[in-house]
Parts: sequence; structure tokens; C-alpha cells
Amino acid sequence: MNMSDPTPPTGSQSEAPRVALFVTCLVDLMRPSVGFAALRLLERAGAKVAVPPGQTCCGQPAYNSGDLEDARAIAKNVIETFEAFDHVVVPSGSCGGMIIKHYPEMFADDVAWAVRAEALAARTQELTTYLADHLDLNVPTSTFDGSATYHDSCAGLRELGVKSQPRTLLATVDGLTLNEMDDVEACCGFGGLFSTKYPDISGAIVDKKTTNVEAAETNLLLGGDLGCLMNMAGKLRRRGSEVRVFHIAEVLAGMTDGPAIGEDSA
Amino acid sequence: MTHKPTCRTFQENARKALDDTRLQAQMARTIKDGFQQKRLKGMSRLPEYEALRDAARDLKNHVLDHLDAYLLRFEAEVVKAGGQVHWARDADEARAIILKICQEANAKTVTKGKSMITEEIALNDHLAAHGIEPVETDLGEYIIQLRHELPSHIIAPALHLSKEQVAETFKENHTHLNADRDLSEAPTLLKEARAELREKFLAADVGITGANMFIAETGTAVIVTNEGNGDLTQSLPPVHIAVSSIEKVVPTLDDATLLLRLLARTATGQEQTVYNTFFTGAKRPDDPDGPQDFHMVLLDNGRSELLASEFRDILRCIRCGACINHCPVYGVTSGHAYGWVYPGPVGSVLTPHFVGIDEAHQLPGASTFCGRCEEVCPVRIPLPQLLRNWRVRAFQRGHPGGLQRLGLKIWVMFAKRPALYRRALSVGIGVLKRIAGKRGAYRWLPGAGGWTKTRDLPAPQGGTFLDRYGRGER
Repeated sequence: MNMSDPTPPTGSQSEAPRVALFVTCLVDLMRPSVGFAALRLLERAGAKVAVPPGQTCCGQPAYNSGDLEDARAIAKNVIETFEAFDHVVVPSGSCGGMIIKHYPEMFADDVAWAVRAEALAARTQELTTYLADHLDLNVPTSTFDGSATYHDSCAGLRELGVKSQPRTLLATVDGLTLNEMDDVEACCGFGGLFSTKYPDISGAIVDKKTTNVEAAETNLLLGGDLGCLMNMAGKLRRRGSEVRVFHIAEVLAGMTDGPAIGEDSA
Repeated sequence: MTHKPTCRTFQENARKALDDTRLQAQMARTIKDGFQQKRLKGMSRLPEYEALRDAARDLKNHVLDHLDAYLLRFEAEVVKAGGQVHWARDADEARAIILKICQEANAKTVTKGKSMITEEIALNDHLAAHGIEPVETDLGEYIIQLRHELPSHIIAPALHLSKEQVAETFKENHTHLNADRDLSEAPTLLKEARAELREKFLAADVGITGANMFIAETGTAVIVTNEGNGDLTQSLPPVHIAVSSIEKVVPTLDDATLLLRLLARTATGQEQTVYNTFFTGAKRPDDPDGPQDFHMVLLDNGRSELLASEFRDILRCIRCGACINHCPVYGVTSGHAYGWVYPGPVGSVLTPHFVGIDEAHQLPGASTFCGRCEEVCPVRIPLPQLLRNWRVRAFQRGHPGGLQRLGLKIWVMFAKRPALYRRALSVGIGVLKRIAGKRGAYRWLPGAGGWTKTRDLPAPQGGTFLDRYGRGER
């Protein structure tokens, strides 16, 4: 683990970019280690990281349920909480896409808020995108002796163009080999509330997905979105699979010692 | 009366499809190695594919901006070519117009080319109810007509059926043939259908086809098929009725070829469909063949309303089926689960418009918003956004209701109040963690029964990030 040895920022400390970590509600509630991993990686990338305590959820459950009024109210809270920072980094393509793509759309009829939404969108990045731009890719990030396959979560892939960034970053992990799975860009069937509103269909989609995961014959399944990872980890566990599931940040930060997603404690 | 929708029971319909092992095997055979791979192959042979998509999107947007002018020009050109144009405001009007033309021709039998518009207006039932026998001549449509089913896909109506099931259907229906004949191979099935249909082609009094597009500058309608049945339907009977919807007009022949270049490649990976038929008006004195009477029925059926709504972009659709072929939901439910004529993402945008959002609110919800439909759409329709627009309308009308709505409202209430959110969820996560103990996932949890029916639910790690961070943990 390199956590105690962050790469110093290029300028003096006061010139380091002020990065706010939007940890996302799922990471906050379900898997804090992803937040701590993101924190370490951002600091290693030379950022001065803050975690604004007023953060809750990006509003996507309301937005995707057609509840525009509440989605806008939550978005305003996010904008107010994060707009003072140089960058906002989100360890999720889905929540990142919400801020970057959908906030400006949501306020299309409200000029004052649209300006603020667009300004925040322009400063917000999904975690692997930020890290691929700011980490020294010639320095090994961590060590993992084994193989992994990487799931392209849909919103990151199609709304934000996250495809090469995680793979670039995984190439900096000593000892790790990447085996791509078949149909890597196919949805895992999570879809946020979709997985609870349409559980049978969601379950059938994740069954197909995890068949491809297992066929890749790797030690790890990695991804950049905790929701998708929980969905696939839950299905892999039910299938009795040995594949361990982590958020990519945990592997990059060398935090794979503890239980993987859905794995029992020792 | 159009087809009675069963969209309300989408989830029950889907459950049946998931439990149908024959259907699941058929989907596994046809979707990925069939449609998806073929599209990739089709695209790979066309370097300018992406530029053509932009051009097609812009063309369709231009047409929608000037729809009235192009439609009137088309009508004038059809009349010049000896045909007639009939304007149908809705399904009832379209059915009445078509029935009247058939009755005036003393029609007993009509042959039909594949047409989703005639499915939309449920034409076959209407003709049959008035003593006119409609005969579908596209192989897939013929099969589902024998089975009294709706199409399960807009370009492959019998996609849900294996060749064994088709053989069963033929044996049940073609009872004049030897019951012990061997129908195990697809070419044999095709041969049998062809023989059955040949008689019908020759006997038909009226031929009814759709039109994939129609061209304003020449008054020409275009159909694409792979079986040639459209040509026989269109040219053999003395009367030809083409039915299309108003947004399918294009200004020029060049514009039509732009769309044709995209359509087949995106739909089936073919550079061209086997038959691309252009027909203009009625038979002229010197023509060797063609119908004596040509009628073009142009259907609105609420499309004018769509034009003025937040769903306008769906009118660019050229019905290639790519969104359906790449939808993870359709990939496991197949088409009949959607409960009406149009399945998949395009269907989930169109169907609520035709049958009402109260009936169809389950459909726009049935998307993970994975965005693959938009990614593959040849005319770049933002399908997820259109589905979300329907969710907004559905939410305003109280869908979803009950516990789902209550749960969302509780979540929103917390999300809007950070201090309360922190306190309440710290407690909540603590309780969940205690229930899990050392187990990393739940096999069952109250309220999560749907999820845990097919998969475990990973448990929280313990403590919230913000609490732990606030206590100085790094």
C-alpha cells in the first residue's frame, strides 16, 4: 500500500486544486471504503480534498421516477454544496452523469439555476476520468497478484465516455492482468430503482451478465459504480461464484485486504 | 377497436416469458449472434456510417419542420400519377377507408405485405368482421396470423418462435397436407408457405402493403422486403392500397436512398434488402403490369400531437428495430410482454401515446436507462430521454402509487435535509449492519423480497462514510 506516500502536488500546497469528493449515497451508506480509497487516490494525484458534510444524494431516484420537482430541489442542494470548489469528483459514472449531463437539462427553463448547473457540470468529473488525467501513470498505484475483469457501467460509458480511463489506471497495478469479458458493454440490469420495481427482469439480466463474468475466469470483478457492483456481487454470491467484487478505487488504493462486496467477514 | 392492450400486466407478461424456456432459448439464439453481430458487420463495411446517421437525423428533423408542405406535394404527385390519397385522422377512419375501397372492389380476399401500421389499426380483424379474408404474405406475419398472435418484433414478427414451433403451427393449419411430412428444416417450411401463398397471390382482389417511406417530389412509395412478397402483393391484384403514417414522407429520391442505406445495415446488416420496391401511382397504358387502381392511405393517429409534444423526436424513427435488438429488457422479455403492437424502447415511447399512460405506465419504467438504444439508433433518437418524459407524465398522474411512491417521498424528504439524513441513516445503517452480523449479504430482507428472490443483497460495511470521516478516519 502506498497510502502513506502520496505523490506531492506539483506546486506548493496552496496551489493544489481544491477537489470536493461527492461520495454518493450508496458509497456513504453501503461501502465507505470506496470513499476512503477515492480520498487516498485524489490526494496522491495532488489534490487538496474536501468532503462537504452537507451532501446527501444526487437526486437520481427522483429524476428517474419522473418526480422533477423533487429532483430539482435536491439538485439545488448539491449545486450549493459543491459549486465553490475547483473540481468535484464522483466515484460513480451514474451520479457523475446526473450532475454533468442531467442537471443542465433539468434547469433548461430556469436561467439562473441553469448557469449554476452548467458551471458545476463543467467542473465535475467521474473518479477514473479525473485520476487518469492527474495521476502519474508511470508510478505503480498498488499491487494485486491476480486477474480481473472490468464491467463498463452504462451511464459512465455512454453519458461520460468512460472506457479507456479505468483500463489505463488498472495497467498501473503491479501484478494485475485484465481479461475482458464477453458483452462487456451490456447492462448488468441494476438501473437503480429499476432493480426493485422490476426485480424479475433485473434478475434475468444480471444472470446473463454474471454468466459472462464467470466465463472470463478472473479473480476479481471490478467496476466504477457501486450499484452495478452490488447487483452483480449479489448474483455471483447466489450462484456460489468465487469471483470477488471490488470498486476500482479500492484496488487502485491497495484496499483489497478486507471483505469484497457481499463477502462475509472473517 | 384496436388490439386490446395488456400493458398494465407487463410484469406478469414478462414473468411468463422468463419462465418459457423455449422462448428464452430462441432469444438467446437470435438476438446477439443474429441482430447485434449483423449490425456490426453492416456498419463495418460503411466507413461513412456515422456521417450518414447525422445526415438522416437532420433530414428527418427538416421533414418534421415542413411536414405539411411535403405531404401536400406528395398528394399532388400521386394524383398526377393516377392514384388517390386518403387522409385518415385515426385508426377508425383508416379502417373505414380501406374497407370501403375493398368493398367497392367486391373483394373476397386481400393479400397483405408486412405493415406495422395495419397492426396499429388492427386492420385484419376489421376486414374479417366484414367478410373479407386478409392473408398475410410475409412469412413471419403469415405464421403469427395462423397463431392469432401479435408480432413480437417490428421487423421479425415471429422472432419468438423456433422452427419446431412453426412446424407445429403448419401441421395444425395445413390439414390438407400429409400429416407425416418432414418439416424439420427451415427451407421445407419456406417451401410449404410459398406453395400455400402462391394460390392466394393469384386469387387476391386487393393487395394491401405498408410503405417504409414515400417520396414527395415523385409521389412514389417505397417498400423493402427480403421475400418479394411485397412485390406480388403490390403488383398482381387489380387494386393496391398502401398504408403509411404521415411522418414517413421524404422530400426526394436522394433522401430515400440515404435512409435505405442506413435502414438495412442497421436492421439486418444487409447492404440492401433483397427487394427495394418503388411504386408510383396506378398502371399506365404501356406498363406491362401493376394495379389498375392505386390508393395511398396516410394515417395521422395522434402523430400531429406528438409533433407538438416533448416526444417529437420519436417521429424520426425509420422502424429498423435496432433499439429493440439491443435492449437488455427486451432481450429477456421478448415482445409480447409489452402488451400492444410496438415492443422495446420505441414501443415504450409510442404505446403510451396510443393506449394512454394509465394503461401503459409500466412500459417507460421498464428501462435501466442503459442508453444502448440511443447509441445504436440510426437517426439518433434520444430514447432514454423520451422514456423519462413519459415517466414525468406518469408521475403526474400518480404512477407509481402506493408503497413505491411513499418510499420515494421519504427518501426525498431525507435527501433534502442533510442533518436529518445523517442522523436517520446512521441509525438505519447501524440496524442493517447488526442484522447482517458477519455475513456480507442478505438472502432475504423485509421489503427487498423482489431483489433477493434471484440474488443476494450485499450488506453495508458498517458506519457511514461521512460519520467515519467526521471522526477523523482516513
